[in-house]
Amino acid sequence: MSVDKETVKKIASLSRIAVTEAEADALVPELNNILGWVEQLGEVDCSKVEPMTAVIPNKLRLRDDEVTDGNVRDKVLANAPVAEHGFFGVPKVIE
Amino acid sequence: MAEIFELGIAGIRTGVASGDFTAKEVAETFIDRVSAAKSLNAVLVETPDHALAAAEATDKAKAAGETLGKMAGVPIGMKDLFCTEGVATTAASLILDGFTPQYESTVSANLFKAGAGMLGKLNMDQFAMGSSNETSAFGNVISPWRRNDGGNTDLAPGGSSGGSAAVVSGRICPAATGTDTGGSIRQPAAFVGITGFKPTYGRCSRWGTIAFASSLDQAGPMAHDVRDCAIMLEAMAGFDPKDSTSLDLPVPEWEAGLKSDLTGKRIGIPKEYRVDNMPPEIDALWQKGIEWLQDAGAKIVDVSLPHTKYALPAYYIIAPAEASSNLARYDGVRYGMRDLPDGAGLQDMYAATRESGFGPEVKRRIMIGTYVLSAGYYDAYYTQAQKVRTLISQDFDKAWESCDLLLTPTAPSAAFGLGEKADDPLAMYLNDVFTVPSSLAGLPAISVPAGLDGQGLPLGLQIIGKALDEQSVFNAGLAMEERAGFVAKPEQWW
Amino acid sequence: MSMTESTYRIQGATGEWEVVIGLEVHAQITSNAKLFSGASTEFGAEPNTQVSLVDAAMPGMLPVLNKECVRQAVRTGLAINAQINKYSRFDRKNYFYADLPQGYQISQLYHPIVGEGKIEISLDEKDPDAHGKTVGVERIHIEQDAGKLMHDQHPTMSYVDLNRCGVALMEIVSMPDMTSPKEAAAYVRKLRSILRYVGSCDGNMEQGSMRADVNVSVRKPGDELGIRTETKNVNSLRFIQQVIEYEAQRQVDVLEEGGEIVQETRLFDPDRNETRSMRSKEDAHDYRYFPDPDLLPLELEDDFIFDCKASLPELPDEKRARYKNVLGLSAYNAAVLTAEHETALWFEELLETTDEPEKIASSAANWLTSELFGALNKMGLSIEQSPVSPQQAAELLGLIADGTISGKIAKQVFEIMLETGDGAARIVEEKGLKQESDTGAIEKVIADVMAANEDKVAEYRGGKDKLFGFFVGQTMKAMQGKANPQVVNELLKKTLGPAG
Repeated sequence: MSVDKETVKKIASLSRIAVTEAEADALVPELNNILGWVEQLGEVDCSKVEPMTAVIPNKLRLRDDEVTDGNVRDKVLANAPVAEHGFFGVPKVIE
Repeated sequence: MAEIFELGIAGIRTGVASGDFTAKEVAETFIDRVSAAKSLNAVLVETPDHALAAAEATDKAKAAGETLGKMAGVPIGMKDLFCTEGVATTAASLILDGFTPQYESTVSANLFKAGAGMLGKLNMDQFAMGSSNETSAFGNVISPWRRNDGGNTDLAPGGSSGGSAAVVSGRICPAATGTDTGGSIRQPAAFVGITGFKPTYGRCSRWGTIAFASSLDQAGPMAHDVRDCAIMLEAMAGFDPKDSTSLDLPVPEWEAGLKSDLTGKRIGIPKEYRVDNMPPEIDALWQKGIEWLQDAGAKIVDVSLPHTKYALPAYYIIAPAEASSNLARYDGVRYGMRDLPDGAGLQDMYAATRESGFGPEVKRRIMIGTYVLSAGYYDAYYTQAQKVRTLISQDFDKAWESCDLLLTPTAPSAAFGLGEKADDPLAMYLNDVFTVPSSLAGLPAISVPAGLDGQGLPLGLQIIGKALDEQSVFNAGLAMEERAGFVAKPEQWW
Repeated sequence: MSMTESTYRIQGATGEWEVVIGLEVHAQITSNAKLFSGASTEFGAEPNTQVSLVDAAMPGMLPVLNKECVRQAVRTGLAINAQINKYSRFDRKNYFYADLPQGYQISQLYHPIVGEGKIEISLDEKDPDAHGKTVGVERIHIEQDAGKLMHDQHPTMSYVDLNRCGVALMEIVSMPDMTSPKEAAAYVRKLRSILRYVGSCDGNMEQGSMRADVNVSVRKPGDELGIRTETKNVNSLRFIQQVIEYEAQRQVDVLEEGGEIVQETRLFDPDRNETRSMRSKEDAHDYRYFPDPDLLPLELEDDFIFDCKASLPELPDEKRARYKNVLGLSAYNAAVLTAEHETALWFEELLETTDEPEKIASSAANWLTSELFGALNKMGLSIEQSPVSPQQAAELLGLIADGTISGKIAKQVFEIMLETGDGAARIVEEKGLKQESDTGAIEKVIADVMAANEDKVAEYRGGKDKLFGFFVGQTMKAMQGKANPQVVNELLKKTLGPAG
């Protein structure tokens, strides 16, 4: 499996990273180089192997249903590029 | 008596406790060292006030006769991946430009609770993606080390914890925090002749540490020697209910348990780590390591980790996949930079912000990660990689049937010059060939400085242990440290 | 339970089409705190006040799962006889939007917590058993809700409020088992009833606690399933039915004109009563799901599941059967009283005032479904807000049963109860509404009535038996309605003698 320029542009779009035509051109061999190398994993017979879920045996802990957080609007908005009237501001979205 | 700046954690602790000097004197010494080392570009934000306040608290506590914390009076460097309340935190990326966390990471909070102060936030590879510190948006960190050829080529301190490696080896900070996803503590430690320890996955909380690859990221200490690492890890580690992958176990007293007699221990030498093109000096050092451990009473056994070859490719699927998702939150809405071209809509703003905010290596990995998770490729890449990861983990389990620890080199080469590998991502990735397998299996591992190569640059040896058996790793590290007699330090040129 | 073939068909130029419907219902899990953070879930707070640093996806923040949300999802699964998966996992669904700070929603794709179950629905409220149908549930999984965007507060910006962000949802995915708008509505109604019985969701569609993605396809009877469209976020029973009607007709029109249905996401516009394509970007469906590495697999212990089961109340189907078979209620009353948990609880509280509930169950049920419901309806109150308590109602019904007051007087007493909140016995006492059963007093009034209407008496005795009612009415009137009607009847029959 190797990627072409269209695929690179699609990946960039999925990743929300703007790329110019020239950048897309440059990325094709770069990504193919890496993808070609990782593809050696296909050699490994994994037909009887489960994918790793937890690297160290450990159980998911559950927390109690208590309100212990929130009411920190100042902290939540402190770093916002645009915050108005207690909201974050983003360019208008047309749904 | 040694100069204060030459002391590590244990030395400072003893000196402060015995009254040889005050914590404030220690802090002032290192504050000066930090501000005099700007040419290394290892420190992104200097925080002298923080170090002084902690020192004063220690001096006061001592005067009042209170019990001092494990790190009392020790000012440290903090990798910029740890969110620090009120102190700018960027992960060395422009996308977090201007971000000041309103919270303290669990690891830094634990260290401060133990009495440590903070000298500054340390440069690193952007989002911890890199092995040479060259992906930082704020410039390379220059290693304090130079080759003995009389030239003045700037060398890489390794990465991603390159700033941490530089400040500890340059005696600019007595110790520093690091994080290790595929070798980011151990490889730079080896490059600069210090000791670096990656604990079992889950020992240190990840809460408040900027995520790279969640299933691999682990914080750990980078310090002068094994004892200092043991002290510091005791302070950093511990169960944290805010991290679902944190291990709910007490923190062992590793320092108290240190012992270099390895009688009864079996050390495995994995044959697959004898890679092609390994410099003979590293091979020879490895052999020396074997002899040192034998001398300490250990038995050497040959073991096989048959899937070692596949660890790097598996890592370079899993880590970018997780990263592509972990880094989705950097979108210019709630913090960090926003790039809003004229007339841009929301999705255009995302693309522009992330284009200008992320560096090339970060973008490369996000795109690789996006690709391997995308429709039609998920099973072939991601699922297969997680299966191979299972096999790699099983390789270790099998090895533990015949040995207790593994000895390997830390990195396949000594430090290289800045720029020498920057154009070839794959060549750079190969730096992690010896550190990645244990990361994939979540195992504890240490890099101990063991010797110098022909160019006068440090080389490290790695000990890998069973999950949760940090003590044996520390002990074997100590046995090597005692026998290696590594005392070389970079000459101060900066 | 008999299966009823739906007769809902779209008439097209090429013949009849049938509609296939599947619903994905998003139900907010009732909990104090959010699914993965300790922020409150309460509705209607100031923007961004119920947001933790985890919800705002600050760097390095991590999710920790709320046990109550797991418990409620398991209880819901048990309530629909579903498979409970002791092993489940959380996956990340990756996409970029301003209401999704993490850049992914934590959900369960590969290993949901609840597997297949089923829900019995009924199309005839009055006789549920005769028109029942089983709708399969494919799965229930747990996921995070998103935040909210406001578009009308600023000329060039949308505002983001993250208060809802991270609130726990259950997504309840049905099989494509429904074939008419009515069935879909009946399914949602029944599901809501079960959720409210279980207490896992308040079912409040107006506040967005429950909303549905409506999957619709059409086919010629007997054909393979057609291509479906998914209309997102439909938030009322009426809208769900409108979406199905509109979408089915639209699809038939497209197909009959030789077109093809595009598998896509659509939005419902209630003002225009139509659905339209969201024209999402081509990549919108590549969500790059993968297991969330910040969380471990969720493994449930047998004890936990056992406790969930033990904590379930009697559910609507069981309750309805018991009301019918044990309490002897009509099928209609049993269905009406069990549709809402609160109604059933009110009814049962009423029955608890006696040791022999079977004896009063039917009359109480009749009174509830007519008198009480009528009154509450008029006042716009729910049963929990009823000004008359179950105990007061029992007192009122007791007075009817022992003949102290007539049914007619009871209505009067009930009205006073609603106004004043006073007890029935006290009202009867104070207003002197007690029923007259003293034969002497009644006989005397009857005598007066007959004396005043001799002509009518003659007519009656001459064969005009319809006049009997006239005499009853006159007697009751003279006694201001307080005479025991049964006694009046008996005495009149005796005094007037046979008609004709």
